[in-house]
Amino acid sequence: MRKVAIVGIGHTVFGNLSEFDLVDVMSFASANALEDAGILKDRKIIDQLFVANMGGGIINHQTGIASALVSRIDLEPAMAELVENGPASGASAIKCGFAAIASGMVDTVMVTGGELMRTVTGWKGTDFVATLLHPEVEYNYGLTLPAFAGIFTRMYMERYGLTERDLALVAVKDHENGARNPYAHVQIPVTVEAIHEGENAHVINNYVAEPVRLYGTCPVSDGAASLILCAMDSPKMKYFTKKEPVLISGIGSATDTHCVHHRKDPLDLKAVHLGAERAYKMAGLKPEDMSFAELHDAFVILELAISEEVGFFQKGKAQEAVREGVTRIDGRLPINTSGGLKAKGHPVGATGVSQVYELVKQLRGEAEEGRQVKNPKHGLAVNFGGFGNNVVATICSKEA
Amino acid sequence: MIIDEMEKKLRPPEMGLKPYPPKVITLASGELMVVREAKREEVGVLLETIHPLMGVPKDFYDIVAARMFAEILGWYRYRVANEFVLVGAIDGVIAGIVNSRCVDEKVGMSLHTIAIKRGLRAGAQLFAAKMEHHLENIGEEQVYIVAESPIGFKRWMIEYELENWEDRYPQVSHELGGVPTYVLTRKLYDAVRDQKVTGTRPVDPAVLATADKLKAPDEYAQIPGFKRGK
Repeated sequence: MRKVAIVGIGHTVFGNLSEFDLVDVMSFASANALEDAGILKDRKIIDQLFVANMGGGIINHQTGIASALVSRIDLEPAMAELVENGPASGASAIKCGFAAIASGMVDTVMVTGGELMRTVTGWKGTDFVATLLHPEVEYNYGLTLPAFAGIFTRMYMERYGLTERDLALVAVKDHENGARNPYAHVQIPVTVEAIHEGENAHVINNYVAEPVRLYGTCPVSDGAASLILCAMDSPKMKYFTKKEPVLISGIGSATDTHCVHHRKDPLDLKAVHLGAERAYKMAGLKPEDMSFAELHDAFVILELAISEEVGFFQKGKAQEAVREGVTRIDGRLPINTSGGLKAKGHPVGATGVSQVYELVKQLRGEAEEGRQVKNPKHGLAVNFGGFGNNVVATICSKEA
Repeated sequence: MIIDEMEKKLRPPEMGLKPYPPKVITLASGELMVVREAKREEVGVLLETIHPLMGVPKDFYDIVAARMFAEILGWYRYRVANEFVLVGAIDGVIAGIVNSRCVDEKVGMSLHTIAIKRGLRAGAQLFAAKMEHHLENIGEEQVYIVAESPIGFKRWMIEYELENWEDRYPQVSHELGGVPTYVLTRKLYDAVRDQKVTGTRPVDPAVLATADKLKAPDEYAQIPGFKRGK
């Protein structure tokens, strides 16, 4: 299998970009990646574009997005396809790009993920994301993603002694990182006193789906991120001299039952566990080799649960690591250095690409002051689709 | 003097509103936002704060700022009946402004909400304070509310689940643009009060003193690179 490197990265700010259309936003990130890779003029060397998006057809009334983007950024006649895997669309698109290069089908791929969610009401936004649930036995009974997060969090609390204060600590840590990330949707640090202990906390940090509170949930965001991938053995690598390439050393995914109630134990996120295991195996690495990680914290409980499933902590022990500061930027294993979905935002189709963007930025040593991990070698990203039914794990490494 | 008589005619009748008791809210950042009634002599700094936003089309800041500017100027020069202005200040720097007016003893007419500080729901807290003043302090039974921006619509119409009085239009309309109105009734307010309204009273005198002298912000998230002219 050919080695695949990431040779260019691009990102828009996450937040309210509703004055632009979806393809505009994606083209901003794509152009940014072309510039980062140093091939803005030579962009026609891109063989294939994979676009990640979940809701264009539903909330933006736009389909054929890959065809629109390839034309908007003047990449024709490159091949172009859309990849949709719910909130894990971004990492799935990376996986498709990786496979296309590794198999020898193409040499260079652009992967761009984007979503425009703030043009609709919160109701409509929640409704659109909930279309990934089972339409008859889940959504019909009022289950949405925040509702699942509430149930999951309650079960976790009862079994492992997790407290609302622990959840607030995760949010504080994520916002601290997000405040230093110029692309984050919410660039404001928050304090545990204000969102958990203070007299006004019940309103400032109100319940969204008890026991999940506002600061236990990601914001609804617009935004896009983009990557350029190239085969390390390709003659086209000569174009990419501007930055050090970062290797995709492992990538794996796995699925679980569509309906959460079909799982023997809803707290077991088997697809996360298996997806990460496959990525570790491909990379020849172990959890303890990871220098940092970007984990899909659409709800902060997921940061804790995923960090256990990928082997960083024993089951039910992640909150202890948070209390001890292990996952802070200066801790032993920094998690969500970008601010995570919690502070950086979660434009669903963009998220998986944005997570890997962060891995590359950290591995290049380009993160902003105060959120750069010391001498990172390997980073793990987990992009969580459905309520854990289709998950992709990606490991990036500094080239040895 | 004839001009005095004319001026008297130009000024609207006043109900005499109860004062708004100040409160302090700890925002998620840990910053303390004092919420208090603005005084007539503070109109200068209020207008200075609002003015730059009149050039920001994003999120309809331009319309909201232009209208609020005129309403506050109208309050200062006695051209709006029964208006009140509340201000949120962090270390004396204005974080947001809301204004409103009483139509009569039963009906309030919400005018505008402008958040300078973004990302901490300062605007949402100030809007809630405005409703608190109408319904709890002044004792009105309902408040007419419209939104000019999608953000306002999401925050007020949806989050408060306001009654849509479109079917009573044009007999009942909102003064802002003469559009169909939404209404916050006492029943709706009571249903959401505990999730929407917060603040600590009485305010520690030392904290309250930080908002004695209001200052216009030096930075606006809405205007990158903003520099205030001298």
